[in-house]
Amino acid sequence: MITAKKIWYFYYDGFRSMTVGRSLWVIILLKLFIFFVVMKLLFFPNILSRDYDNDDDRADAVRTNLLKKSH
Amino acid sequence: MDDLMTVVDWSRWQFALTAIYHWLFVPLTLGLSLIVAIMESLYLKTKSEKWLAATKFWMTLFGINFAIGVATGIILEFEFGTNWSNYSWFVGDIFGAPLAIEGLLAFFMESTFVAVMFFGWGKVSPKFHLASSWLTWLGASISALWILVANAWMQYPVGMEFDPAQMRNVMDNFWALFSGIAVNKYMHAVFSGWALAGVFVIGVSAWFLYKKRNTPFAIRSIKVGGWVGLIGLLLTMWTGDGSAVEVTKHQPMKLAAMEGLYHGGYSQGIVAAGIVNPSKTWNNAEDEYLFDITVPCGLSILAKHDLHAFVPGIADIVNGIDINEAGDTINTVSYAERIRLGKLSHEALRAYDIARANNDQAAMAEAEKQLRENYQFFGYGYFDSVDEAIPPVGVTFYSFRVMVILGSYFLLFFIVALFAVYKKDWLYRITWLQWIAILSVPLMWICSEAGWMVAEVGRQPWTVQDLLPTKAAISEISSGTVILTFWLFAVIFTVLLVAEVSIMLRQISKRSKGNLEIDNH
Repeated sequence: MITAKKIWYFYYDGFRSMTVGRSLWVIILLKLFIFFVVMKLLFFPNILSRDYDNDDDRADAVRTNLLKKSH
Repeated sequence: MDDLMTVVDWSRWQFALTAIYHWLFVPLTLGLSLIVAIMESLYLKTKSEKWLAATKFWMTLFGINFAIGVATGIILEFEFGTNWSNYSWFVGDIFGAPLAIEGLLAFFMESTFVAVMFFGWGKVSPKFHLASSWLTWLGASISALWILVANAWMQYPVGMEFDPAQMRNVMDNFWALFSGIAVNKYMHAVFSGWALAGVFVIGVSAWFLYKKRNTPFAIRSIKVGGWVGLIGLLLTMWTGDGSAVEVTKHQPMKLAAMEGLYHGGYSQGIVAAGIVNPSKTWNNAEDEYLFDITVPCGLSILAKHDLHAFVPGIADIVNGIDINEAGDTINTVSYAERIRLGKLSHEALRAYDIARANNDQAAMAEAEKQLRENYQFFGYGYFDSVDEAIPPVGVTFYSFRVMVILGSYFLLFFIVALFAVYKKDWLYRITWLQWIAILSVPLMWICSEAGWMVAEVGRQPWTVQDLLPTKAAISEISSGTVILTFWLFAVIFTVLLVAEVSIMLRQISKRSKGNLEIDNH
């Protein structure tokens, strides 16, 4: 418990005393939001996970797709 | 078909864009973390505040680069799942393991020790702080290992067996992933990061000298940056030589494209400078170069460490003259034959698919056997002509020369920088030399990116060498979304880059006005 408290204050004090780091953290958080919330959710689904329920179906889909592309 | 090619091309551009931007941040993290750790070690050894001030100054710039660059690589994994779903499934087992290890290591090592680096001054013991700085460097370097092992597997797929039921390559030998290609590629990339950081430190220090601010700090920094950069560059050259030998063995077409060589020979020369003939193809009689300055026997030495060795050109390889595992020249399978065998393997997979639908075990076993016989040429079955299997020669040729010429320039750069700070102090007071050092900083990034262009454009049209070309690896998606996200990424990454450069410049300017002989922070 004491260790957990120490770790918490280590990070808490660290963030509080930052100068350059504050604007960097704003950039990091904004970037992560754009990447993981906007881009990932809206534009970058994992197509095979989204469209198929299990690995067998995914394997079938890839097999069909690769064979279709081979004329 | 047109839309398929549009999707393939835009997806390739998108991947190239995000990878190029990602690589702007990574090498500086790899190299600057080392320089910071060395400076902090000097501080602990000498107990001199001037080294503490230097450590904190460069650590701030490291922190800015780390913060802006972190997670930019995750975009590439997004693209695997959306744009390249066939590819990511086909290689999933192989690619997944190194990337999972990378994710865990990157998260635990870097996030823990970077925090101690920045928040730990005065709160943890000096030795523990120093250990954290070194572990940050080590964590970043180990992260790069797994990414580059995965990349190397795509260039030289080994240690796996294809399972048509799962439709993926299943790893059967983890240690085979650490091939000669992987080891050289990893070391080449990491050491180039040392060289890049060395140029960065010298360039920024040269600006201090130009402004006549904190000259002793600048000279100290040039000494550390110069040695790290010089050692890094020499090791980059050594591993680059190793990479060339490995490429000759496993990707001879890439080597031929790097050289713009269509008809090889014994004691093959290397083009030091030249212009490739854009009309030249593997099967016409036009000259290879519009202009060239060739060093006799150079390519034979580079490729096989043998003055008289035979090196095949593009036409030789297409016609079936190649190099085997031992590096000997042999008659092998022509590209026309590879296409025929590749199509046979597709027929076997088709038969397997039908047999599987009918639950005909005997037919499945027979089809799998036939598939395995020609699996090594599976990817060639997607081509209609051998022209499709040849990489873009011009881009590969020029990128290789940009990398080598700038790399050679930076060897001279480090030698002059170290000579100036150790032997001839009047040298570093010459204004135009200071400007050369400052303006060399972006050149180092161009050199580094050119290296990746050689590696990645030179291996086209493959996502996985010989097994999966880009046009088969692509998902069934519309080009509209890919085009939209391409431009979104272009804007986001450009904003990040502008933010990084402007925050760095502001910090450099602000801190240069303080006293960097004592610890103010």
